Amino acid sequence: MDSLQFFSASRLVIVAGKGGVGKTTVTAVLARAAADAGLRVLVVDVEGKAGLPGLLGEPAHATFGYEDRVLVAGLGPDGTGQVGGRSISADQALADYLNDHGFGRVSKRLASIGVLDVVSTAAPGIEDILVLGKIKQLERSGVADLIIVDGPAAGHAITFLQAAAGLLDAVKVGPIETQARDVLEMLGDPDRCQVMLVALPEETPVNELIETSYSLEDRIGVALTPVVINGIYPERNLPTDDEVLASLPADLRAAAEFRQARCTLQRDQLTRLANDLPLPQLRLPFIFTAGLSAEDVVRLAADLTKAIERLP
Amino acid sequence: MSVSSSLHSLAGDSRILVCCGSGGVGKTTTAAVLAMQAAELGRRAVVVTIDPARRLADAMGLAELTNEPTRVTMDAPGELWAMMLDTSATFDALVRRHAADPEQVERIFANRFYRNISGALSGTQEYMAAEKLYELHHDDRFDVVVIDTPPTRNALDFLDAPGRLTRFLDHRLYRVLMAPTKIGLKVMNVAAQAFLKTISKVVGGEVIADVIGFFQAFDGMEAGFRDRAVAVMALLRDDSTRYVIVASPRHDTVTEAAFFADKLSDNGIEVAAVVINRLHPDFQDATLSEWSDSRSAEVAAGDEPAAPAVAARQGAPSAAEPIGSDHYAELAANLAELRLVAALESAAVEPLLDRIGDAKVFRVPLLAGDVHDLTGLAEIGTHLFPR
Repeated sequence: MDSLQFFSASRLVIVAGKGGVGKTTVTAVLARAAADAGLRVLVVDVEGKAGLPGLLGEPAHATFGYEDRVLVAGLGPDGTGQVGGRSISADQALADYLNDHGFGRVSKRLASIGVLDVVSTAAPGIEDILVLGKIKQLERSGVADLIIVDGPAAGHAITFLQAAAGLLDAVKVGPIETQARDVLEMLGDPDRCQVMLVALPEETPVNELIETSYSLEDRIGVALTPVVINGIYPERNLPTDDEVLASLPADLRAAAEFRQARCTLQRDQLTRLANDLPLPQLRLPFIFTAGLSAEDVVRLAADLTKAIERLP
Repeated sequence: MSVSSSLHSLAGDSRILVCCGSGGVGKTTTAAVLAMQAAELGRRAVVVTIDPARRLADAMGLAELTNEPTRVTMDAPGELWAMMLDTSATFDALVRRHAADPEQVERIFANRFYRNISGALSGTQEYMAAEKLYELHHDDRFDVVVIDTPPTRNALDFLDAPGRLTRFLDHRLYRVLMAPTKIGLKVMNVAAQAFLKTISKVVGGEVIADVIGFFQAFDGMEAGFRDRAVAVMALLRDDSTRYVIVASPRHDTVTEAAFFADKLSDNGIEVAAVVINRLHPDFQDATLSEWSDSRSAEVAAGDEPAAPAVAARQGAPSAAEPIGSDHYAELAANLAELRLVAALESAAVEPLLDRIGDAKVFRVPLLAGDVHDLTGLAEIGTHLFPR
């Protein structure tokens, strides 16, 4: 498959998966790969997590602001590719929303008494819908060719995406209802929005990936991209013969046995995933480090592009 | 004192053990291993998991985990029980306990707003976890409760959660909303009416109606809830409650774990132990045979991460001479890669170790396979509780 076509399939991609599987890494890698193909990319952080700016070349402890900021530019064949980043919080999205809808005067007062705290307790999901509403506004406004959202952790991804449907159940009138309806429409339109699920090649993350895929398709009707399997040990041509292994020094032998065992485990899980989930897999290699650098991300972006080009 | 004395005493003396850390670092498994060890030491332990941990249920030989503790079949002097937190069911039980009569329970359960807040929402889940902890702590069947915390974005949510509802009940908006029921809607002040009107415009009148309905139904229960929240928060800060930080050896999760350690310390809570899961083995304790002496020393350069770093990252084994075996370069490169990542992981953990005072640190290696049963859990246990 042509990689530019892949990156341009929808204007919004939400990256989701269990905690610890590398959602933030995949967000950065996808952003870099799309920018290297010449697209203007905007990455959005919705949890105020550190890490994403650092993976895109900012200092390690940098965080995003509410305004978008260009992190890297001049990429791609014609130098048009760039990656910008920003965060979206429910409070700021609410203030924006009130301003845009003629409640500017009261918005300060609402904020000062902590009304979001109370209203979000009253109508759960409202924070999520404010954030999704803001994302929808960005998607509509054409600020970027591709918007990538580093989604919420763990099981929160499903509740996050279900917020619109849930709120429509509770709120029957008013601007929030309109907002929820618009968000639902966006989530259901594969030309506008897709979800990219991430897992590690291990039993529990693979189980969760399979369950989440079906829940998202059945309950929310959102389109899924091929799944990304992160942290795959590159295979090495190591001896498997017991006699050869026995003749090796202990450390070489133990390391070889360890690598073989992990590789067998991951092969089994990848096969199981392929059997249980009819979605193509994009595989990213494990990098032998304790934390990725911006250079690692550039390298992984090239790996991702190659994997996309190998898709039918 | 043996290396494991701290965790032995944790499993042996604590009344409550709280495992905290970010998602995917092995909190649930660590909690299960600690509870298992307590049972080995003759105590009656219950482990409470927050995540739907089907694999843990399987590993313990249980068909499923429910909101009620189930006894695990295990050959130990003590007892091992396991359960999975059901947020809604726990909240329902709390309402039943504090309600004046069954009619009040009915009215609350029928309210749409209540149905919303009692589900698995951020905040409510933490609150109910703390509530369950309190309940089990006062349950005569158990000597020790081991719990894993929800994977929250804010590490303090768990400590603060019971206070949130209390604060909610004290909130100005709550008092504004409750005013009509006490003094009649007609005399509600103009500012409050304008305020409600604005909120109704934004979220729709039905939400406000549901909220008012909930508060009316809830009326009279605040005191009970507030007292309970105070007791639960006191228990979370009690000396018999010990905190174990769980992390994996990567910069991002170490940063989160360090943040959590700081927040505990801000709350006057000492970290009892740190568990680092999923460390790559460095194969240093494997005995070197004579034919490796010269060669593997070149390749692995064990103590100096910088040298193998370059070699492994460029994918070029540093001991390039093909000696004896076609496989040798691959074998050497494999060892170098794994040792490199082990050394980098070890360095990545340092910022956390600087912050935790005298807390003991336990390192659990990345295992070659997944944990499928009690034997697998016991294998992890051998790293936490060396014989």
